[in-house]
Amino acid sequence: MSSLAWVRRRRSVQRFWAEFRTHKAGVAGLGVLVVAVVLALIAPLFIDAGVTNVVSGTGEKLAPPSLDAPLGTDESGRSVLLMIWWGSRTSLLIGFLAALLSMVIGTVLGIAAGHFRGWLGAIVLRITDWFLVLPSLVTALVLAAILGGSTATIIVAIGVTSWPSTARLIRAQTLAVEARPYIERSLALGAGHWHITTRHVLPNVAPLLLASTTLEVASAIVTESTLAFLGVSANKTSWGTMLRGSYDWGAATAGAWWYILIPGLCIVIVVMAFTLCGRTLETVLNPRLRTRAA
Amino acid sequence: MTVVTEVEAAPARHGLLRYAATKAGGALLSIAMVVVATFFLFRLLPGDPVRALAQGRNMTPEQLDLERARLGLDRSIPEQFLHFVGQTLRFDLGTSYEYKRPVLDLIGDRIWPTLLLTGTALVMAVSLGIWQGARAGWKPGSRFDKFSTAISLVLWSVPTFWLGLLLLMVFAAGVGPIPGVFPTRGIASVDAPDGFGYVLDVAQHMVLPCLTLVAVVYAQYLLVMRSSVLDEVGQDYITTARAKGLRDDDIRRRHAVPNALLPTVTLVFMRIGFVVGGAVTVEAIFSWPGLGQLFYEAIRVPDFTLMQGTFLLITVSVILMNTLADVIYHVLDPRVRSV
Repeated sequence: MSSLAWVRRRRSVQRFWAEFRTHKAGVAGLGVLVVAVVLALIAPLFIDAGVTNVVSGTGEKLAPPSLDAPLGTDESGRSVLLMIWWGSRTSLLIGFLAALLSMVIGTVLGIAAGHFRGWLGAIVLRITDWFLVLPSLVTALVLAAILGGSTATIIVAIGVTSWPSTARLIRAQTLAVEARPYIERSLALGAGHWHITTRHVLPNVAPLLLASTTLEVASAIVTESTLAFLGVSANKTSWGTMLRGSYDWGAATAGAWWYILIPGLCIVIVVMAFTLCGRTLETVLNPRLRTRAA
Repeated sequence: MTVVTEVEAAPARHGLLRYAATKAGGALLSIAMVVVATFFLFRLLPGDPVRALAQGRNMTPEQLDLERARLGLDRSIPEQFLHFVGQTLRFDLGTSYEYKRPVLDLIGDRIWPTLLLTGTALVMAVSLGIWQGARAGWKPGSRFDKFSTAISLVLWSVPTFWLGLLLLMVFAAGVGPIPGVFPTRGIASVDAPDGFGYVLDVAQHMVLPCLTLVAVVYAQYLLVMRSSVLDEVGQDYITTARAKGLRDDDIRRRHAVPNALLPTVTLVFMRIGFVVGGAVTVEAIFSWPGLGQLFYEAIRVPDFTLMQGTFLLITVSVILMNTLADVIYHVLDPRVRSV
């Protein structure tokens, strides 16, 4: 690749960052995200899966916040703070991987539906619309219940039910890109399907894809916690399974507010951070939105 | 003159019929796909379904064989498939293991509470969302607009079940010295009086589930209505109305909102699947004896026949609602029809 292209790319990244920085909400969201991800990554340096062990709980059952357990304890005397910290790893991992899976399916099928005219595109579009109509949470619940609730199946259940909106977006964008004259030029020079989709369409849809993936992570985290709360997830500690525990052990009636409030707040804060970040990315990267705002 | 209008009207009506027929055909295809997908999905169950069904029950191998024959599992996959399709076409959804009753009967019992709850919540959420969205979109960037956007962003990030838990904790269990005001579970008290008293009792039980559902679904209606009104603000006819000297409120109510309403209301029905997901969660938390709870119980047990039946019913009704919304939109909006 020529150095000229690299210079141009670096410039456009710089331009993007300068634009992104002007959106306070987006920067705040990004800050929260970085902190959350770093905390989740360094957790093994300080604690291990032992904090989620039912037998190793040292505190009293459902004890309010104290010096020993700054955020109180759960039904087995485990520290809610440490559980949250360890649980963030599961919640974020599932959120990221499910969004990634959904993005890959959505991109491939979206480009296919937009690029191939005729029956192939029509069939892909038909399947996309079918998935779009299905109530995603209900379908994800059935999938997770049938396949068992391991981390991998939860990721599959969320990914398989959430890709259609991405596919729709990518298809529209593909149609717009392929209407441009340089595609015709490329075709005249003998470019095949593979060259056009990977060298011309994909780079053009990539920025939007980034924005929509960020938003997708947010909803994947919410879906994961809902699936875990409704009890289809195996008992690996995540924010959702903690809330399930608080419901099963009657924390609401026992007045154990910390056990309900803290995991939920974590979900809300992280999801909101992803949403703010994604919306800012969308505003900065989507030329249509930018001209409207200007 | 009359001749001209007739000539113009005839193809339009013809087009509409054809459009409705196409949509109905599409819906039928979608439903067929759901039936096929359901069949294969529930055959994906790892291991022997009969053993899974018999979990925790003492059954001899002979009983298991009998059960297998009763479910038709001893036949080949194509045979099973034809049998399943035939049964489904006759609205025979099988018999629940947990309740020992036909799934269709169970659904019939549970459908009314769900319609009551989601219907009420939907009406409230739609009216609130449309009202607030219209005001927010009319003056973009105003304090009301910023407040609305912030609210919807927060509600969007809040998981349904957590909001339900919070309401349960504050209003049903009570916080500190404040006693709980609302019941924690169910649709009516055991000792509920008859007649009007019963209605009041049910209403009291419905407050918290309804509130949760409204809070979670109304945010998106607000956002859709807001952007829809925003599209109208710059239009020429608004400028004309202003030039005529109409009051600002009148322009909004009489001109902008009716035009913005159509896409919004359609979207409401297009996204009915989202409401259904919310209803499952809300019913599970508040033990509301509806379809959502039935589905949730089927997953908890797990009772696969019941799960399959409720899943089929839920998806098929969502598809039908979507198609209906599509056709009604076509009837109501001349702009789409002329295209």
